Amino acid sequence: MKRRETISVKVLAVVCMSFFLIVGMWGCGDSGKVSELQGKIAELEKQLATKDQPAPAAATAGSTLNAVRTKGFIQAGVNGDLFGFGKPDEKGVWRGLDVDTARAIAAAVFGDADKVRYTPLTAKTRFTALQSGEIDVLTRNCTQTLSRDTALGLDFAQVNYYDGQGFLIPKKLGVKSAKELDGASVCVLPGTTTELNVADFFRANGMQMKPVVIENTAELAKAFFAGRCDCLTSDASQLAGIRAVASNPKDYIILPEIISKEPLAPAVRHGDNQWKDIVSYSVWALIAAEEMGITSQNVDAMRTSSDPKIKRFLGASPGNGKALGLSENWAYNIVKQVGNYGEIFARNVGVDTPLGIERGLNALWTNGGLMYAPPFK
Amino acid sequence: MQTVAPQSASTQLKPPVTSVGVIGWVKSNLFNGWFNSLLTLVCGYLIFRTVPPFFKWAVVDSLWFSTSEACRNADGACWSIIPANIRFITFGFFPSEQQWRPLLAMVILVVLLFYSQNRKRWRKSLAYIWALALVAMGLLMKGGLFGLPAVDSAQWGGLPLTLLLSVFGLTAAYPLGVVLALGRQSRMPAVKSLCVVYIELIRGVPLISLLFMSSVVFPLFLPEGVTVNNILRAQVAIILFTAAYIAEVVRGGLQGMSKGQYEAAESLGLNYYQTMRLIILPQALKIVIPPTVSILISAFKDTSLVVIIALFDLLKTTQSVLSDPQWRGFSNEAYIFIALIYFACCFFMSNYSRRLERELDTKY
Repeated sequence: MKRRETISVKVLAVVCMSFFLIVGMWGCGDSGKVSELQGKIAELEKQLATKDQPAPAAATAGSTLNAVRTKGFIQAGVNGDLFGFGKPDEKGVWRGLDVDTARAIAAAVFGDADKVRYTPLTAKTRFTALQSGEIDVLTRNCTQTLSRDTALGLDFAQVNYYDGQGFLIPKKLGVKSAKELDGASVCVLPGTTTELNVADFFRANGMQMKPVVIENTAELAKAFFAGRCDCLTSDASQLAGIRAVASNPKDYIILPEIISKEPLAPAVRHGDNQWKDIVSYSVWALIAAEEMGITSQNVDAMRTSSDPKIKRFLGASPGNGKALGLSENWAYNIVKQVGNYGEIFARNVGVDTPLGIERGLNALWTNGGLMYAPPFK
Repeated sequence: MQTVAPQSASTQLKPPVTSVGVIGWVKSNLFNGWFNSLLTLVCGYLIFRTVPPFFKWAVVDSLWFSTSEACRNADGACWSIIPANIRFITFGFFPSEQQWRPLLAMVILVVLLFYSQNRKRWRKSLAYIWALALVAMGLLMKGGLFGLPAVDSAQWGGLPLTLLLSVFGLTAAYPLGVVLALGRQSRMPAVKSLCVVYIELIRGVPLISLLFMSSVVFPLFLPEGVTVNNILRAQVAIILFTAAYIAEVVRGGLQGMSKGQYEAAESLGLNYYQTMRLIILPQALKIVIPPTVSILISAFKDTSLVVIIALFDLLKTTQSVLSDPQWRGFSNEAYIFIALIYFACCFFMSNYSRRLERELDTKY
């Protein structure tokens, strides 16, 4: 009996040791040297001492472009469960407007849109992940605001989707405008700007509301359809999708009022202008391609176009790539591998998808929208 | 029979039908007294109101392999959400052509767990088998050798991730907890105060805050470019948390040992390590099996909290499927499915602990 117990203790010990060995092997690949670490801590402390510097320490470090080139891929922070923006499909392949934005940046930098790794982030972890250098770019349906742009030490690149907050109500409520919602109970997601916006809206119009706060979009929709609240408020991009899953979508309408501005933009760390330029111009390249009528299908034919504007854009006449620190056919790679903005929109959130969103504000400026790219020269 | 002994049959009266058989059982168990009769009626009514509709929903009207459109028009449960998304729910982002690797790793783990259940097999060779299997599982998951394409750990998810976090979390937390418990009992002030501070500090904060610390605060203190794997950070947080709780349970076992056991060991000339290893711990750990297992079970379920730091464990992959507009609204079915998986694992653990208790019971 005693002998058996000693053996079992030994077995336990060996198992544990091999476990730690494996964890050690696994962790070592990622961790750095101790001396390097200590040096860095000293540097961090020095920066902490200068209190008036709002930008976090990681932002001051050198070129993100070089770092990205050395590792060979872009680490992008994405949503993880927002259909149409950032979500894996049933095969585990990432899809969405934000995912395609990240792919466009990878196409510009590496000429290969697949050189992206995705870090799913929650609303709470997203900014720290960028500040700490865990990700290179944050493409996670993130609203650009003044405080995030300044105090959080971020820089927002060009907006890739103009959203706004709206209301979904049952038709039988007989309400035609959000201003008639006095005393309504409102289903809302907590923790984001959505909750604040709706409170502001009701207060500004001198109305009372009873918030019904539920953490998860799917559960929120369920509660609304079960009649636990009079109306549901969310980003307009989500309302059509939520309405579509009702047992009878015709019983629900989306009110015309949009009560907030939500320009969703990719974010980078403050202080690396070259990297921000690359991210911004990658988004603008998507828009410019649509303006010029270049699609992933006709991009090869367009390359031989005689239009100097298109020649410059696709790198047939050089200059743009060098200025950005990229190869001359960076924009060609974006359009060829990812498509133009119109294609991305239609593929991820457009009228033929379950979300069924009209272009609206996200149409080209020539069609009455806000999508406008600066000249590529 | 009747022809052989007609007399005894006539003299021995049969008990009345109301006190034997089904009727008798019902009468003595369900309707003995007005209060119990009332309870029976109320319960019977509740069962009648809930079980048949549930059965109708879950089985009769249910759809198993259909599109989501067909589900929306049906009244019953839409189990189709499971087969349609089973790949993502179980394996997360693991490249689909490499799926056999996490599957094989899980099979190895489960087979080994079942094999090691029997204490007669706890020999040295089993330890080598485990060490070998761990290396094999690591290789299968990570790849990069023997022609297996490397798979970044960021792509691990689903059931393998849940099992990884819990199995390794629990096996590492247990010995650490024992060491902490011994440290807390120690006569050396430095060791003792260190252990006390550690245990009280960790027990004083919720697991969620530890996970947030590991995923949000910790990276800010790392130098630029150095990142410690996200899964590893969560794993360490879970180990540290569970160990503190196990330490307190084990301390209870240590305090439950009579002083005579220590004195007997000393009189035999055993030193501290021999005393602990041969006499105290085997008995102390045995008496704390039930509370230890309930801690392990709750720690296993707590691994689902990694959802909030966006690790795609079983719960998160399921939630991700539910956010697809195509399948939105079928959360009951999906949550029932993963609840069954969790239940199977927890039931296995508690069953095994009862078996261990029985086997180790020495009646003194």
